[in-house]
Amino acid sequence: MQVIQSDVVIIGGGGAGLRAAIAVAQEAPGLSVALVSKVVPMRSHTVAAEGGSAGVIHPDDSLDKHFDDTVSGGDWLCEQDVVEYFVGQCTREMIQLEQWGCPWSRRDDGSINVRFFGGMKSPRTWFAADKTGFHILHTLFQTSLQFPAIQRYDEFFCTDLLVEDGRLQGVLALCIATGEPVLFQCKAAVLATGGASRVFGQNTNAGIVTGEGMGMAYAQGVPLRDMEFVQWHPTALPGSGILMTEGCRGEGGILLNKDGHRYLQDYGLGPLDPWPRPRAMELGPRDRLSQAFWHEDQAGRTLQTPHGTAVHLDLRHLGEKKIMERLPMICELARTFAAVDPVTAPIPVRPAVHYTMGGVLCDVHGATPLPGLYAAGECSSVGIHGANRLGSNSLAELLVFGRAAGLSAARHARETPAASAALQAQAESRAAVHLDMLRREGGTRVARLRQRLHEIMEAGVGIVREGPRMAQACEQLAELREQFRAGVALDDRGRAFNTEWLTAIELGHTLQVAEAMAHAALLRQESRGAHMRIDGFEARDDERFLCHSLIHSQGDAPPRVTHSPVTITRSQPRARVYGGAAQNQS
Amino acid sequence: MSQTRTIMIECLRYDPEQDQAPHYRTYEVPFTDEMSVLEGLQYIKDHLDGSLTFRWSCRMAICGSCGCMVNHQPILSCQSFLRDYYPARIRVEPLEHFPIVKDLVIDQSDFLGKLESVTPYLVPAQPLTPEDGPNLQTPRQIEDYLGYAQCINCLLCYAACPQYGLNNAFTGPAALALLARYNADSRDAGQKTRMEVVNAEEGVWGCTLVGLCSEVCPKHVDPARAINRNKINSTQDYFLRFLAPFGRGS
Repeated sequence: MQVIQSDVVIIGGGGAGLRAAIAVAQEAPGLSVALVSKVVPMRSHTVAAEGGSAGVIHPDDSLDKHFDDTVSGGDWLCEQDVVEYFVGQCTREMIQLEQWGCPWSRRDDGSINVRFFGGMKSPRTWFAADKTGFHILHTLFQTSLQFPAIQRYDEFFCTDLLVEDGRLQGVLALCIATGEPVLFQCKAAVLATGGASRVFGQNTNAGIVTGEGMGMAYAQGVPLRDMEFVQWHPTALPGSGILMTEGCRGEGGILLNKDGHRYLQDYGLGPLDPWPRPRAMELGPRDRLSQAFWHEDQAGRTLQTPHGTAVHLDLRHLGEKKIMERLPMICELARTFAAVDPVTAPIPVRPAVHYTMGGVLCDVHGATPLPGLYAAGECSSVGIHGANRLGSNSLAELLVFGRAAGLSAARHARETPAASAALQAQAESRAAVHLDMLRREGGTRVARLRQRLHEIMEAGVGIVREGPRMAQACEQLAELREQFRAGVALDDRGRAFNTEWLTAIELGHTLQVAEAMAHAALLRQESRGAHMRIDGFEARDDERFLCHSLIHSQGDAPPRVTHSPVTITRSQPRARVYGGAAQNQS
Repeated sequence: MSQTRTIMIECLRYDPEQDQAPHYRTYEVPFTDEMSVLEGLQYIKDHLDGSLTFRWSCRMAICGSCGCMVNHQPILSCQSFLRDYYPARIRVEPLEHFPIVKDLVIDQSDFLGKLESVTPYLVPAQPLTPEDGPNLQTPRQIEDYLGYAQCINCLLCYAACPQYGLNNAFTGPAALALLARYNADSRDAGQKTRMEVVNAEEGVWGCTLVGLCSEVCPKHVDPARAINRNKINSTQDYFLRFLAPFGRGS
């Protein structure tokens, strides 16, 4: 087996991974960095982020406001000390990107322009038209090319984290082009593999967002935290799930039911006027908006489309000039994928899974409980999103915590001796398990297993949840995992660029992540943020559930869930209100 | 649901572990009006033949993974629709001018090397830190480079470029557009470094102005214009070198 030695291995070449790699190369010179990614970095899902990234710079804004919006937006399940650090670092990172060439949208005088996003007291979202993630990702990728310390391994698929003597010492990967296993021996690794939204069928995410990074850490005993909190973005195209950015509403877009009524005023987000105003109506948080859609749908006030029910996102009143300047990609996407021109017609939209608030447990430095393993970005649960992520906080998170995790990993690497010799045997035995899949006969097709997973999750762990249905999902997932273990039928038995095989390995991780979500959801007997129950647990219950869920893998058996306290520094939980009520409160 | 029809999709197949040469295989694919070519390929992989191999990811024309030739035209399979080809059969092949790794997957390493060769990052006149605050840059100054910054590296322009097909030493459209993007940025002072790439034989002078790159670009980057602009810069650079002792200082 090929062995590659590197001080720091970074798994994932999206925003968090690239930011971590640059941090090591720039701020910890002398260390070698292997950037290992299953796609060429600029294909990573960061590329699809549209609306923008948070950073306090507007004269009306303050770090306190960013802190409050984030903590209340997360329904008080955020780690407040981590949020404090986060809001203090965001603007620095936005400026750093500016100095690396990111084409932030500007005001006429050349200064940075910011827009409103949902749940914000002041405009705080830095944006590059409606292609913010694209520009951030390409800026980071291109900037990374000036650092010779960063050695890229594009299209290497990581399958396992390798632990010896109680610390992470290596990463096993398959070179996709040849299918050959490669052992990366390292002193520290940063997991930056993105979220797991592809656990669900209706989602806004790229096909690569399958949660295997979470699965790899989980398999090594690292708990996943708060996995029951899954974000449905309220405005995606029915069918494809393609995202219509929150920036549409930030720029003044409105949501209408089939009667042309701005229904959000009926769900604690009104009154209608004055409009626009922050934290009200269409500028409410994503969990509330997606839940409001569900109620409208139940009441039969949604529109029928060939791909399910929908409401209308109306931008027409913004006028062609503003739409083309601020939302050019939205226009193209709507025209291409929904055959609707937003300049002249409203866009049918419905909620779709968008983001996993939970992830691999880590602290403010990105350190997980496994020595040598760090995590950053959507795969991690550093604690800033709580029960509902605020739009614009995830791009900022990639940068702030990508850098932090990179620097922590670098420090750890400097203090750690070289890898143990026993690692190679472990790598060989794990590689043999994967290669064996190519020889096995019989089993179920990947597409069938995946389809079943989507059905179970949509039915049991959707926007609105009930105990019996979640319990049923847990049972069905156990059966599905059993079916997976019994064998996956592969048409392709070769090693070279065998995406069917890789998808099967990936699916093994995805199934475990799904199971973690379902079990954590079942045990949380309250409604908080994106976790909404309608079976007698409609209210938030701080007495019993102002706590994180920690999900521990039990191998082939269903997981064990424990709870841990939430760090509260200066914001005591209070009623989470938006619209008119919010103005009375502050 | 819209009406389901059936289209024949003929795919180039090549398995480096088994095949001496590429061959074709045809699949019968049921489709509805909104189905893209990519979704057609996914249907084949999920239901008919799991060994068909192609790259894809975002399925919304921003990640640049899914470029291929459909009926000899380079396209993004995610935003090309089966309805537009029906009732004729379609032929799907890997992007032209690149070595085939397997089926529709090409080796993109030559392009990545070219991208790296153009100093594709800001070279500031003075070193800056975040504590210095953001540079000022007016919307008009952004317009100078924003078009070139839209490139998603999908490689359709390389597949369309006859020059690259004849001689792949040519730096090529996307990389030269990226070079133009940084040269045109008011925050950048790296033009001098990049002129070496521009002036080289495989730089802008390799282009014969066919312009197909701009025609096939799904993001309207207009690499042909970028290359032309570089040619003007290159010409100026050439003449200025004679004048250097007087004109430019040393």
